Amino acid sequence: MITLTWLYVLIGVMFAAFALLSVSDRSNGKRFGNAAFWGLIAVSFFFGDFLGDLGNGVLVLCLVGLAGFGALGRGNPPTTSAEERAASSERRGNRLFLPALVIPITALLGTLVLKNSGWIDPKQATLISLGAGVLIALAIGYAWLRPPLLAPLQEGRRLMDSVGWAAVLPQMLAALGAVFALAGVGEVVGGIATHVLPQGSLVAAVALYGIGMAVFTMIMGNAFAAFPVMTGAIGLPILIHQYHGNPAAVCAIGMLAGFCGTLMTPMAANFNIVPAALLDLKDRNAVVKAQVGTAIPLLACNLLLIYFLAFR
Amino acid sequence: MNDWVLLGILIVVVGFALRLNPLLVVTVAALTTGLIAGKGLLQVIAAFGKAFNDNRFVTIIYILLPVIGLLERYGLQQRARTLIAGMRGATTGRLLIAYLFFRQITASFGLTSIAGPAQTVRPLVAPMAEAAAEKQAPTIDEAGRERVKAYAAATDNVGLFFGEDIFIAIGSILLMVGFLEQNGIKLAPLQLSVFAIPTAVLAFLIHATRLLLLDRSLAKRRVQEAGE
Repeated sequence: MITLTWLYVLIGVMFAAFALLSVSDRSNGKRFGNAAFWGLIAVSFFFGDFLGDLGNGVLVLCLVGLAGFGALGRGNPPTTSAEERAASSERRGNRLFLPALVIPITALLGTLVLKNSGWIDPKQATLISLGAGVLIALAIGYAWLRPPLLAPLQEGRRLMDSVGWAAVLPQMLAALGAVFALAGVGEVVGGIATHVLPQGSLVAAVALYGIGMAVFTMIMGNAFAAFPVMTGAIGLPILIHQYHGNPAAVCAIGMLAGFCGTLMTPMAANFNIVPAALLDLKDRNAVVKAQVGTAIPLLACNLLLIYFLAFR
Repeated sequence: MNDWVLLGILIVVVGFALRLNPLLVVTVAALTTGLIAGKGLLQVIAAFGKAFNDNRFVTIIYILLPVIGLLERYGLQQRARTLIAGMRGATTGRLLIAYLFFRQITASFGLTSIAGPAQTVRPLVAPMAEAAAEKQAPTIDEAGRERVKAYAAATDNVGLFFGEDIFIAIGSILLMVGFLEQNGIKLAPLQLSVFAIPTAVLAFLIHATRLLLLDRSLAKRRVQEAGE
């Protein structure tokens, strides 16, 4: 059966290639820093399950050391000029979209068709199908476009270098969340939230729960971390037990209030910082800034929805 | 219970505000929090490493970069621009509203990974939105382009977040079912996911309105240019 481990090996191969190609890129003054960074990520994908927790921790500290003290630069892989691209786009037309569409279509079909086939791990069907889609798209690309052998890896490295250290920030923030959980940060925040709640006011309790979900999500970068804390401190004892709110409405909409927080925080790096890096935006927080205007009115709507739907 | 563990949160907030390297800030915050809570240094580093390893799946998405990069080499972004430039009535706002609708509907069927910043926004949606903006405001400056691209990424997030919870087998719904069951409340996923629908509709209305306002501000820029 194909499991996530197969995909991890494939990604490990890709990062190992990025590392090797970085070493030979003399145009990047920090080429050894890039090579070490992508090389360590390759090690993590190949051997992460065998390194032990402390070994993984040391690997993370090495990544942080490289990124934190400016050892990463940006390579200049060989690529085509703007004129060549325009000419190629003119000649090949809309067929250029096809290989890009192969990936989501494979992910979709794989999820629907292969999920219960016994060939792939059903829990990871979409991600594994996505990986298969990448290989199919690459095969089509090689057959049709006849690029130089290393072109996909060099072009991939070009994009990867533009993302840079931000690539591992989502994993780092998940790890921070684990340490916060270990240290009992959630319980302390929940305790504070219960303290500031005025007694006897349903409106105040709903507002504190919804806004608390959003703010705690902004701190943790993840509504999943905020949900058990805020619901355990306010949602369950006060909104559901004391005021007899509908538990499904309180929890479901409370979670969505948390998602409004996700839109407003650089801590949700995979949604807010990585896209800014992928799009080469100068302002790292440009995506967050574009989202605040949607998130705040929507948070207000969610508070009203909890109030009117959970307490009819 | 030790209230000083909140110092970790303060370090994160201050570190991000001072624009220090986020990887450094996060590491210092984690080590500080763990040590204040009375854990040993090695224990904190091990917990940090374990969670880092368990969350490798969030980094899977970069597997797409070689394909996207290869297609860019042969003019994918230029093609996306040409397609929109030749389309009458295509505006940044209308294009992104259509994408928002697509993203919410597909996410509500659990198809969250078929689109995203690497899959669709960088290769297709952002260049298309930029091309439409160039038609609306031909002399758009660098800041204006950045804003349009940021809106493309933002639209992807809004569509994903407020579509996926309608699907019954998504992580957040399963988390809620599990949490409530632990606390003696038995609910089926469907009972929770129906309550995601009103917010999904409101998210569409609010974000679509903002996208139409973006169109208006681009049109205004054009009028100003004509007046000069």
